[in-house]
Amino acid sequence: MSEPNKVQAHWAATQRLTYIMIGIWAFFSFFIHMFAPALNSIKILGFPLGFYMAAQGSLIVFVAQLFWFSGAQDKVDRQYGMAEDD
Amino acid sequence: MSTEAKTDFTSNLGRIYTIYTGGFIAFVIFIAILERVGVPNNILGYLFVAFTIGVYAAIGILSRTMQVDEYYVAGRKVPSFYNGMATAADWMSAASFIGMAGTLYLLGYDGLAFILGWTGGYVLVATLIAPYLRKFGCYTVPDFLAFRFGGNAARIAGIVVLMSCSFTYVVAQIVGTGLIGARLLGMSFEMAVFVGLVGILVCSMLGGMRAVTWTQVAQYIVLIIAYLVPVVILSTQKFGIPIPQLTYGTVLSEIQIKEAALGVAASASHIVPFARYDPLNFFALVLCLMVGTASLPHVLMRYFTTPSVREARSSVAWTLLFIFILYFTAPAYAAFAKLEVFENVIGKPLGQLPSWVYSYGKIGLIQICGVNAVDVARIAGHTGILGLANFSIQADAIVIATPEIAGLPYVVSGLVAAGGLAAALSTADGLLLAIANALSHDVYSRMINKNAPVSKKLVIARVLLVLVAILAAWVASGRPADIVAMVAWAFSLAAAGLFPALVMGIWSKKTTSAGAVAGIWAGFLTTLVYLVVTRYFPGFGVDVMGMTSNVHPVTRVPLVDLAKLKAEQPQIFQQGMVLINHPLASRVGYFNVANISAGLFGMPVGFLTMIIVSKFTTAPSKEMQNFIDDIRRPRGEAVMIEKAG
Repeated sequence: MSEPNKVQAHWAATQRLTYIMIGIWAFFSFFIHMFAPALNSIKILGFPLGFYMAAQGSLIVFVAQLFWFSGAQDKVDRQYGMAEDD
Repeated sequence: MSTEAKTDFTSNLGRIYTIYTGGFIAFVIFIAILERVGVPNNILGYLFVAFTIGVYAAIGILSRTMQVDEYYVAGRKVPSFYNGMATAADWMSAASFIGMAGTLYLLGYDGLAFILGWTGGYVLVATLIAPYLRKFGCYTVPDFLAFRFGGNAARIAGIVVLMSCSFTYVVAQIVGTGLIGARLLGMSFEMAVFVGLVGILVCSMLGGMRAVTWTQVAQYIVLIIAYLVPVVILSTQKFGIPIPQLTYGTVLSEIQIKEAALGVAASASHIVPFARYDPLNFFALVLCLMVGTASLPHVLMRYFTTPSVREARSSVAWTLLFIFILYFTAPAYAAFAKLEVFENVIGKPLGQLPSWVYSYGKIGLIQICGVNAVDVARIAGHTGILGLANFSIQADAIVIATPEIAGLPYVVSGLVAAGGLAAALSTADGLLLAIANALSHDVYSRMINKNAPVSKKLVIARVLLVLVAILAAWVASGRPADIVAMVAWAFSLAAAGLFPALVMGIWSKKTTSAGAVAGIWAGFLTTLVYLVVTRYFPGFGVDVMGMTSNVHPVTRVPLVDLAKLKAEQPQIFQQGMVLINHPLASRVGYFNVANISAGLFGMPVGFLTMIIVSKFTTAPSKEMQNFIDDIRRPRGEAVMIEKAG
């Protein structure tokens, strides 16, 4: 791959990854909590599920997705020779 | 410190902070022993303050520096794990530590908007902004705006937004130190503010970002231990399992049973969503807090200190993990406190209330039948059983009172005070540095005296830091309730003023300088006008700007009947600036959007202005487009350094 093509492909892959991240973020920030009243009828260890998702569930997803992202973006950078040590 | 000493320090971080943590735990045990042998509480409290601030001061002095790079970005040598800890301390303020659990106690499910909003924003930080600013290699956020958007117009706009969101915030932290000192340590408010000022200055003045970084790591360790200990003990007492985040599920079930027995409407239960905020306002608040988080300069600048772009990204993940530990514990505090109130306070004869009610009634945090619950005599006139409606507790009381609720010795209360102090000081340090650096780096070094020698720049930076700190402490000493309430504004202001410019500057090559400057002002002013009018000039809002009353989240009935009020009391519409208890203050607006979520209007205005103005102005140069390509890939030198060299 020529250098300008690599630059373009790297940015396209970076954008794709970012859109996935923002999609997951939007789902767990907003979408799922719209159903909180219904989810509350499910109880796990005493937690109503709707309450649990806003108090812990979504937060765990955010933490996990950030650790995954830092690895995944690094892989993208290396694949196109754009990482810091390339 | 020589280079070798510095390398030695960073390679030994694990050992140094392990010893520090062990030392802190040993100190707490030592205080517990002193308490056993009868040393009075106020002495123990002072020991806590003196010891922790002494340690922070020692770190601050050891980290002193005369190098610009060290002063502004800690030499870009902070490993991602430790930067995560420092950012977590930078982020979690006095309000997160002391007030968050209480907010959840009072608002139930709807309070979780703050938990979601103040965590999810880091996803935006990691994906949209931080790594790219790290690659750019700037010292401050306005630095980036100035470079990307061609000069001082963008820099000044950035500085104005930065100042307006950071200054009220830093004042609130110093007020926080005053309140912690007054409530938990028996100091006078003014004395505690002064101690706070000293605590802030010793950590930041000599070493700038480098000193603040290493003290913030130390402060995180203190604050997280202090936050977890009381509620872990409470959970162990009640369930034999030291994981309150797990056991409070059972507590939530018990709360619901109690609520039913006490006649709380099912729609007002602790766990029921959208009873205090309707869905629109709940999600608007979540959005404003998240986007605001992603644009607050004192948070973003922490990611300028990592050694690489890769570490900037993983550092955001560590930050969120460390923040998560506190935020997923806060709802447990709220639940345990609520159950205690339902079981042992409500429905009890007034003569048999637990003693903690009086301890915190004395300092004005608990009211019974509208008067501070100072002692049995004070409320003795009101005989009978304490009803739910007659008991009110301030948000700040929950974390502070938990050690006593659990029947723990004073040493735990002292520990909580030290933790709250660490939270307030660490946030104040970060904010102060953001403000002072904008003044010294952006205003002085970049606009007033571009050719100043390094030594002069660093002297100016320190003088400004001290002046801003003294000004903030002076404002704080007047206990400005309005300013503390304005902290919530910072998120909407940052979200509307800075977020569009930062995101478009990185993600769009078409955004022009004129577009960005217009967008920053449009977004910022839209938000500011909405905040100021709805809170301070609601009459003007209704009469001139066509605002309407907000509605009750459940019944959808308007909070104020504007037509009726207009007929009966027209004078209340004509007033100028109004107080918080004015019948219209914060109760009017457009489309029922509460003023705390003003960014909901400002963000789209900012983005749209930027896009439209950019369409009609000359596209960025080829050189600028190459520069944008450059910040989008980690490879290669930092852009800013390249240009300077």
